[in-house]
Amino acid sequence: MDKFKIILNGIIKENPIFVLLLGMCPTLGTTTSAINGMGMGLATMVVLMCSNVVISLVKNLIPDMVRIPSFIVIIATFVTVLEMLMKAYVPSLYASLGLFIPLIVVNCIVLGRAESFAAKNGALASLCDGVGIGLGFTLALTLLGAVREILGSGQIFGFQLWGDQYGVLAFVLAPGAFIALAYLIVIVNKLTKKA
Amino acid sequence: MKKLESTLPNMVAVLTGVTLVSAALLGVMQQLTKEPIEQIERQTLNDGIKKVILAGKEGDLSVSKTDTLIDADKNTFVVYTAEVDGAVAGRAVKTSVNGFSPNLTVLTGFDNDGNILGYEILATAETPGLGAKADQWFQKDGKGCIIGKNPGVDNLTVSKDGGDVDAITASTITSRAFLKAVNIEYSVIFKDDASSGATRWGEAEPADSSAVSAPADSLSVAEPADSIAN
Repeated sequence: MDKFKIILNGIIKENPIFVLLLGMCPTLGTTTSAINGMGMGLATMVVLMCSNVVISLVKNLIPDMVRIPSFIVIIATFVTVLEMLMKAYVPSLYASLGLFIPLIVVNCIVLGRAESFAAKNGALASLCDGVGIGLGFTLALTLLGAVREILGSGQIFGFQLWGDQYGVLAFVLAPGAFIALAYLIVIVNKLTKKA
Repeated sequence: MKKLESTLPNMVAVLTGVTLVSAALLGVMQQLTKEPIEQIERQTLNDGIKKVILAGKEGDLSVSKTDTLIDADKNTFVVYTAEVDGAVAGRAVKTSVNGFSPNLTVLTGFDNDGNILGYEILATAETPGLGAKADQWFQKDGKGCIIGKNPGVDNLTVSKDGGDVDAITASTITSRAFLKAVNIEYSVIFKDDASSGATRWGEAEPADSSAVSAPADSLSVAEPADSIAN
């Protein structure tokens, strides 16, 4: 039950995008379509789970003063491994996301969770935190991507809803990302305040 | 277990250990994925050549010759001479240009007269929903169809620059870059053949560079900020 709570915490109460407002760079950059947002979210989730578990296991071996460089090296290693695996075995996903994968290294969510959770908790709890935060991130990115795709090109997951000549181009480009994100945060805040 | 103290020997040892383990892991992974990655790259290229030369027709295709050329503007071209059922059917040319983002890699197939048989975008970082439409837009059923046209006869520039091709809606810069790639690919294999009468395949640096770059010059490379406005 406790583990379930940690996962839920990452999805709703500490949602990295809508509540913590962490990792804005990949969020705004990759969400031009729902599928791109989802791919980026899942890739980040895998890295987050791996790095959280490893960091929680080695936390006592790493002196405090060098913990941040050590964490960064661990995270960067996982990201590079993930990039090579994607390139070799899922080239279609790599074709659309390849550009953004190295960004996971500097994604403050990953380092943030290493610092604030994995460095203080056990391996299993850290894994759950990775799953929760990862799912929350994926959910937020997919939602934002879907909104931008519907408004920008009249599609959802590549399925045409109406002619793309009615799409508002601004939503495919960067300004639309900021506008859509702001409105989504307003809605999420409104919903969570009541509860 | 008690946490390690932040003493100098401890810190040096830990950092060294962490980086060593990471480096070893990366080395192993690089070795493991090297072969599949190269295979996928070859596969993508082979499928592309097949697609742009055969253009939907049946036939036994083989690449008989591969050349690398560089023109006066330092653009690199890879030219694949393709044989279908034993006869030279055409050439596929691969080059990269800068679109709205760098590295728009286009593979175009020309028949022996310079007519475009087909094209394929091998790598792109153009905006999804805008410039990324280039993979469909210029195909046979697309609005800016270039298939069957000949860059030596037709004016393959966007209609805004006085050409014959409709640009992708709201992506004039990508369209210009794409057409520039097709035009310089054409000129690198045909312009020189015609003017000198001799083929100079296999040479890295063209002897008469002005002939190669001339068609590219006629293309507008000015990039007004109209990609969104229209």
